[in-house]
Amino acid sequence: MPSTSPSHGVRLHVVTGKGGTGKTTVAAALALALARQGRRVLLVEVEDRQGISQLFDISPLGHEEVQILADPSGGSLWGLSVEPKAALMEYLQKFYKLGRAGALLQKAGAVDFATTIAPGLRDVLLIGKVYEAVGRTQGRAKDRVYDAVVLDAPPTGRVVRFLGVNDELAQLARMGPIRNQADSITALLQSRATVVHLVTLLEEMPVQECLDAMEELGAGGLHVGGIVVNEVRDPVLSDDDLDAIASGAAPELAHRVAGDLESVGIKSPDKVAAVLLREASDHVDRLDLQAEQDQRIQAQGRAVFYLPALSGGIEAGGIGVLADELTTQEMV
Amino acid sequence: MAPQKTRGTTRDAGTTRELDVDALLADRGIRILVCCGAGGVGKTTTAAAIALRAAESGRRAVVLTIDPARRLAQSLGLTELDNIPRPVVGFDPAAGGSLDAMMLDMKRTFDEVVEQHATPEKAEQILANPFYVAVSSSFAGTQEYMAMEKLGQLRQQSDADDRWDLIVVDTPPSRSALDFLDAPKRLGTFLDGRFIRLLMAPAKAGGKAYLKALTAGMSLTVGVMTKLLGGDLLRDAQTFVAALDTMFGGFRQRADQTYALLQNPETAFLVVAAPQRDALREAAFFVERLAVESMPLAGVVVNRVQGVEGGLTRGRAEDAAAALADEPERATTAALLRLHADLATIADAHRGHIARFTTGHPGIPLIEVPAAATDIHDLDGLRAVGAALSGRPHSAAAGVGA
Repeated sequence: MPSTSPSHGVRLHVVTGKGGTGKTTVAAALALALARQGRRVLLVEVEDRQGISQLFDISPLGHEEVQILADPSGGSLWGLSVEPKAALMEYLQKFYKLGRAGALLQKAGAVDFATTIAPGLRDVLLIGKVYEAVGRTQGRAKDRVYDAVVLDAPPTGRVVRFLGVNDELAQLARMGPIRNQADSITALLQSRATVVHLVTLLEEMPVQECLDAMEELGAGGLHVGGIVVNEVRDPVLSDDDLDAIASGAAPELAHRVAGDLESVGIKSPDKVAAVLLREASDHVDRLDLQAEQDQRIQAQGRAVFYLPALSGGIEAGGIGVLADELTTQEMV
Repeated sequence: MAPQKTRGTTRDAGTTRELDVDALLADRGIRILVCCGAGGVGKTTTAAAIALRAAESGRRAVVLTIDPARRLAQSLGLTELDNIPRPVVGFDPAAGGSLDAMMLDMKRTFDEVVEQHATPEKAEQILANPFYVAVSSSFAGTQEYMAMEKLGQLRQQSDADDRWDLIVVDTPPSRSALDFLDAPKRLGTFLDGRFIRLLMAPAKAGGKAYLKALTAGMSLTVGVMTKLLGGDLLRDAQTFVAALDTMFGGFRQRADQTYALLQNPETAFLVVAAPQRDALREAAFFVERLAVESMPLAGVVVNRVQGVEGGLTRGRAEDAAAALADEPERATTAALLRLHADLATIADAHRGHIARFTTGHPGIPLIEVPAAATDIHDLDGLRAVGAALSGRPHSAAAGVGA
């Protein structure tokens, strides 16, 4: 892996983006790309959307880590859907050996409180589990269980708060074990071992959110990794064609296209030619918009990766294509 | 009803009716329209476009947006997040309507609730409480709760001064579309619940006899909480809860009122989706949930649907492109055909996703809004979306972008 890659030395990859940009898909592709390099990788979701299991067409994930696939390279991909209540119980059990009290807390509504209401606590529990997986070791040599953890994080609108939970909590819990836990998590998140990758489409709003999030993440002491531009459409038309369409050389062009259509036996060629040129004109508008948004992304001076739009969908096969793209473009 | 053709998309009219947004807006009995759906499907744009269309057809409308894109906010004249409905400049008042717009400020709405219901000294005390500051600005669900609180306030105001006869609400970009239904109840349940009593018990008791009645289990629980959270946090929480408790007459009651308002026949829900698997699955959950809660669903809006015109199938376009490919002077036509084939592929995928939804949810009115080539950033763009929503597009540019 080249040292210029945003993944150099990274153990926790956080993937975020505006809703609808395909951040789960990108997180999965990134995890798969790492697994195909012979690494043992854990792909984690924290919002119980079951996005991972749907992408890989496996049974719904739970709080137990399960192997999604083993790669011939020796790498493997594991999946986990963190559930806050289970994370809390696990945490209490681990640090306090709570048997009866755990059940009592549950009965009193304290678990509901901690997992749904208390400011930041739910997020700390979710990240706490990710933190545990990143740092988990095995055997006497204390080898890390996972070479890398990829987190399918909440969308950009909430990710900074999600990753910055500890600031909020720090103001509330000024000491005690939760505070200590929060401090350790913050240290990991702000270290070079963690990067946040942003997924965007070349549309105004996702790009705006992406840029806003980059600023906020930087201010929060977090490291931005790469920007992944998803669903990029290949220009179907040549530059000359685009110029001809954009310059409005319509009448002659329409006439010529209609003639061509007629030569291959397409019915009502004039009507079809008009439709095709209208589509092309929309296409030109869209490409202009994309180019404009791409410039805004490029202006950030960050590593940018481009993933193609897959017209056939993004089920497991498609994820493989995207994973290879990320490897080819040296994101990992 | 005969099979309808919607911009190249034929649907089986036996299972799906087209959503008639204009009829919905013409129904003066409808006072609240809630736009809900997964994040990134164009909810805010849909809400704004509907409010504009309503106003220009004579309704006195206000649109409550949650987190509008900058240019959309600008198009509505929303330059700051100040929680106050302001008139939208540039809409056409010819039909006698009016249009106001506002952006929700979650924290300010919460502050206002406190200020409204507590004495000035008490309000000051609550607003300064660290626990309150955290809950009001960050608690998962506060935005949902405050959106519903604001809706209740707007509804009351519309009764009091008759300024509006239609409130269009955008819903927060939740983790799941259902959060906004659950969050208010969750907060209400929590604040009314046993755990709060438990938190408050030590603060209230101060040596009172009933403290002795606390079971050993409860004392243990409080002990564990203190150990986990630290004494300061627990004390802040207790002060906060005690302060809220005395002034509210029950959050639960408020949440229940909101629920009742949402079940009222004067309310209509529009479930907004995009023609993708995930977004339509969220839409399906929402549709089912609304039915369970007896909340009135007007229909489903599917934004950004790729249509194809010209009656040229993907296969035919590909074949024709291949036949022309060898002749350099016909390369442009071949490229145009390949572009068409691409669009037809996307259109097929969209149609498939929508068909799966309508098969599983027969009889639910649905309208498709075609994909726009560019982003919406002015009232004309919103007008075009509104026209498309009503199934009467007045220009080819109608559609929802980002």
